[in-house]
Amino acid sequence: MKKIRKTSDTCTSTAQKDYVKSIQRKSMLIRLYQILLLIVFLTSWEISARHGIINDFIFCSPSKLLSTFLTMVRDGSLIHHIEVTLFETIIGFALVIVGSLIVATLFWWNETLSKVMEPYMVMLNALPKSALAPVLIVWLGSNKTTIIVCACSVAIFGSILNIYTGFVNVEADKIKLIKTLKGNRFQCLKLVVIPSNIPNIISIMKVNIGLCLVGVVIGEFLAAREGLGYVIIYGSQTFKMGNVLLSILILCFIAMILYLILEKTEKKLSDYF
Amino acid sequence: MQTPILDFLDVNYNYHTISCETVTLKDISFNLYKNEFISFVGPSGCGKTTLLNLIAGLIEASSGEIKIGGKPVRESTLNIGYMLQKDHLLEWRSIYKNLTLGLEIRKQMDESHLKTVDTLLKTYGLWDFRNVPPRQLSGGMRQRAALIRTLVLSPDILLLDEPFSALDYQTRLNVSDDIGSIIKERKISTILVTHDLSEAISMSDRVIVLSKRPGTIKATIPIKLSIENRTPKTSKNAPEFGMYYNKIWGAVHEKDSENE
Ligand SMILES: Nc1ncnc2c1ncn2[C@@H]1O[C@H](COP(=O)(O)OP(=O)(O)OP(=O)(O)O)[C@@H](O)[C@H]1O
Ligand SMILES: [Mg+2]
Repeated sequence: MKKIRKTSDTCTSTAQKDYVKSIQRKSMLIRLYQILLLIVFLTSWEISARHGIINDFIFCSPSKLLSTFLTMVRDGSLIHHIEVTLFETIIGFALVIVGSLIVATLFWWNETLSKVMEPYMVMLNALPKSALAPVLIVWLGSNKTTIIVCACSVAIFGSILNIYTGFVNVEADKIKLIKTLKGNRFQCLKLVVIPSNIPNIISIMKVNIGLCLVGVVIGEFLAAREGLGYVIIYGSQTFKMGNVLLSILILCFIAMILYLILEKTEKKLSDYF
Repeated sequence: MQTPILDFLDVNYNYHTISCETVTLKDISFNLYKNEFISFVGPSGCGKTTLLNLIAGLIEASSGEIKIGGKPVRESTLNIGYMLQKDHLLEWRSIYKNLTLGLEIRKQMDESHLKTVDTLLKTYGLWDFRNVPPRQLSGGMRQRAALIRTLVLSPDILLLDEPFSALDYQTRLNVSDDIGSIIKERKISTILVTHDLSEAISMSDRVIVLSKRPGTIKATIPIKLSIENRTPKTSKNAPEFGMYYNKIWGAVHEKDSENE
């Protein structure tokens, strides 16, 4: 539930209370519809699979999904695959953050460098990264490094470009202010450029976490013996549709949870910016 | 006669771009004396901000000489305070941390300097707001905070670049009065740039009129008002006010035919 910000104005009048109540009722209703929709979807899926309206060998069914889930939890394989995928995603994501911050800072510091690199960055960013993955496997081998590099490659170029754009668009007069106070370039960076870009950086990160997950799954499709991407590709080749759909479902959850974590951070920070 | 704290001698400044060279300031010569308050008025784009940037050492004159306290700008040890058009308080810092920004940059966060900050906060009514973010302050208070941010460094010369132009008319009158009094009280030599003629007259000892670009000095008009303890607000009631207004208005709008 959303916290209501304290204000100096009174929050106790009946009209105000009624208003808050009506808002709360509305949001509860929306939640109810959301759950209802899910239930309707799952039951109709289950019923049509049982009555042969859809082929449950291809389309699976909620009950099969559940039993796959339970067996995979019991033999520990599910946790293992999740761990692998999550680990690769988070390492990739961390590398993207650190790498793009460093490169964007270098570009900001040295305009010539950024001008020289600009067309290459734009090109690399536009490149469909899934085309890169097979090349990476040849170069780096079928291992975790490849998958992490693959995850980074999906996110990093766009991330650098966006952070750099944020850096150069800092209000010129704010930089002038630091200079009038006799600050040097490093102080401009530390006192104005980076802090004023924190919200921007967080929203870029929100996009990046999803992109890293995409990169990891692409990598696992091609170069892995473990991880959810591997389960999907292996499952689809051996017609274990339960495994495939379950992995996709879990990827959804992972993406959502990682996104929510960043959004929470953003909300916390927005009080200061 | 006193020695001036700031000397301009035949200063020229040109901006360079690929397409052309813009002559922005031409043959500017004037002095600023200690404790004096000068205003520059002139049309938009005539080089007023450029002039202040020169004094602050942000840019270097194309030719001519600028001396601060008798020394070239680069070698001068005097402190220059510069207040920009907007307050540019940093939203992610509390008021207190905004005011200590200059000290932090100069690595002077010692006890005596911080004591000065506290005194200024108390004197100018921002003590209770020291821990809040800038967005909780009114426009006038923000401007005052921006002034204190420069006062903390005890400037010998204060540069004000249309510091009130972002405020609405009523607030503007009060804030200019407020800030004018603070400056008078602390006896800081000041250069104000403004579009507003009555603001210029009411605050200054001298008004210098610039022509349109390339900015040259068209007229220098000393302001002598026959009232005791003048403040920006009371100055407006001086009997000579109207006369000065017309005189400066005339100078601003005079055709600069001799330039062509
Ligand atoms: N960085 C720059 N490069 C090139 N030309 C510039 C630059 N900054 C200013 N100029 C030009 O120099 C002239 C003077 O600019 P300046 O900002 O000093 O004017 P101003 O008198 O402060 O104007 P305003 O009243 O609008 O603030 C303008 O015509 C402007 O186009
Ligand atoms: Mg200007």
